[in-house]
Amino acid sequence: MQSGAPETGSAESGAESGNCGLGSAGARALPLAGTPALPVRGQPPPTRRRSLLDAGLAYLLLAPSALVLGAFGLAPLIQAFLLSLRQWRLAPGPFVGFANYQQALTAEPEFWKAVVVTFYYVVGTVPVTIVLAYLLAETLHARLRGMGFYRTLFFLPYIASPVAAAAVWRWILNPNSGIASAVVKPLGWEPRWLYERTGLFQLLAGIFHHRLPEWAEGPSLALGCIMAVAVWQGVGFAVVVLLAGLAAIPGDVTEAARLDGARGWKLLRHVKLPLLSPTLFFLWIVFTIRAFQSFTQVYVMSVDNKGGPAGTTQNITLYIFQSFYANAPRLGPGYGAAVAMLLFLVILALTLFQFRVLGRKVHYS
Amino acid sequence: MLHLLLLSVGLLMAFPFFWMVATSLKTPDEVALFPPALLPAAPQWHNYPDAWTAAPFGRYFLNSVGMAGAVTFGVMGTALLAGYAFGRMEFPGRQALFVLYLATMMIPFEVVLIPNFLLINRLGWYNSYQALIVPWVSNVFSVFLLTQFFRSLPNDFFEAAQLDGCGHPRFLIAIAAPLARPALATAGLFAFLGSWNSLLWPLLVTNADLMRPIEVGLQSFLQQEGPRPHLLMAASTVAMLPIVGLFFLTQRTFIEGVAAGVKG
Repeated sequence: MQSGAPETGSAESGAESGNCGLGSAGARALPLAGTPALPVRGQPPPTRRRSLLDAGLAYLLLAPSALVLGAFGLAPLIQAFLLSLRQWRLAPGPFVGFANYQQALTAEPEFWKAVVVTFYYVVGTVPVTIVLAYLLAETLHARLRGMGFYRTLFFLPYIASPVAAAAVWRWILNPNSGIASAVVKPLGWEPRWLYERTGLFQLLAGIFHHRLPEWAEGPSLALGCIMAVAVWQGVGFAVVVLLAGLAAIPGDVTEAARLDGARGWKLLRHVKLPLLSPTLFFLWIVFTIRAFQSFTQVYVMSVDNKGGPAGTTQNITLYIFQSFYANAPRLGPGYGAAVAMLLFLVILALTLFQFRVLGRKVHYS
Repeated sequence: MLHLLLLSVGLLMAFPFFWMVATSLKTPDEVALFPPALLPAAPQWHNYPDAWTAAPFGRYFLNSVGMAGAVTFGVMGTALLAGYAFGRMEFPGRQALFVLYLATMMIPFEVVLIPNFLLINRLGWYNSYQALIVPWVSNVFSVFLLTQFFRSLPNDFFEAAQLDGCGHPRFLIAIAAPLARPALATAGLFAFLGSWNSLLWPLLVTNADLMRPIEVGLQSFLQQEGPRPHLLMAASTVAMLPIVGLFFLTQRTFIEGVAAGVKG
């Protein structure tokens, strides 16, 4: 930015009226804050006509973005609601009230399965990502040497193409010739990774020849792999955000606390976490919302792109996609829109709830 | 000790990238080896042209460049204009409109997905560049970024210019736009990244190879080329390259952009 070029202001401004005081020296000639401006007295008060013109201009400037956001953001929201009230499988059908909602909630076991998968995904990725990112950021912050290098390294998965990343991970996790299998084979374990539908808890219990009831099996190993990859992709973003948050904590505060005898856990619990709480809260909200809506990661990692094996990786967004994007959808856009509205309501309610409950504990200095 | 932890996590994070490139340079026999060797005996550079011609990757690549480029310029343009209006101008309904813009940010994509898909079909845009570009040429994050930037400009700038008989249009073009370059760069970078890496929308609105961007092309290649991982990894490397290169060139803007997103 060039706003650090102050001195020349008074010399040139005013010399060339109608050229915005720029002259040929470009932005350097601008009078900056603090430099005595030209006398204000001679300026006529803005007329009605002028402000009317200005308002018109403002609307004109807003028109392109308003048009796009309105047509592809706001209007579709209303449309989605109206759509969710209609029967629409292959062609637009009659208004059916809340029948689509009722169908999802009472007559579709697959819907509830997708809800459970989404729940596992949120609970399994969000806290892990944030805690891991905090440990990494704290370590990086403590020793500044090599920080740039690691920050870049951690951030790389976040910007890398998700399809290419999925291709690599699927190759790493290939049950027959992947390197992950080569690593665990000497341990006597031959997992089928992304093809494994058995739950993680059941796999653990299986070591002791124990059989868990179906509801307690936990996320399938396939979903577990997808969640691990999601953590790999998201942690760098959180690290960068947390580093910015840590850098904003004044050093003398932690120093003073340390002099007062606060160490280790106490320092963390009573000084650092409160100071960092706005950043952590931001990350928590953003990651939760993203986890609920995750599509690409799950789509590209699930072996058949449909939430397999046995639907154990089909989350809600994938379910919505499947419901209307098929050659002859069994459920159709009306039903899909209803499920999307349900998801929206859940996210909205949860976010508001988090703002009320967690937000109260956030300390803004 | 801590450094060791960092190093091991770092290695773990970097491993997939290493493995991608290493696999892309192996022979089919080396790929089939189990347990695999870390590095190829002799790098097979011809895998890259082989992969490139195994699917219309040239076309995919051009489509992605065109789509992401157009979206980037669109986002920068619309954000500059709207940000200036919100940040520097007085007009009736400004506050309400701004809140409405911000509220649009809260609408999740899967809700608008189906109506937008139907809209694209109704417009006859299925399988077209318009479908890939137009819905994305404005986003609230960028408008917000530019608004904040223009608000942070000292008033003296504008007052002095006004005294010189310079109205809003000239001020916007001659002074505000050049000054806003850093904010525009951030907005543009994230727009480019988002567009290049997008999958769901292009997947939804295209089905012809001629129209597909590289992410979708790579996705269908992934479905067909399971047995030939060396080619798949070569194609993945190529698909990732522009973004990674861009990231290394503009790291600072990226990192600052993320930090700015937090404050906003």
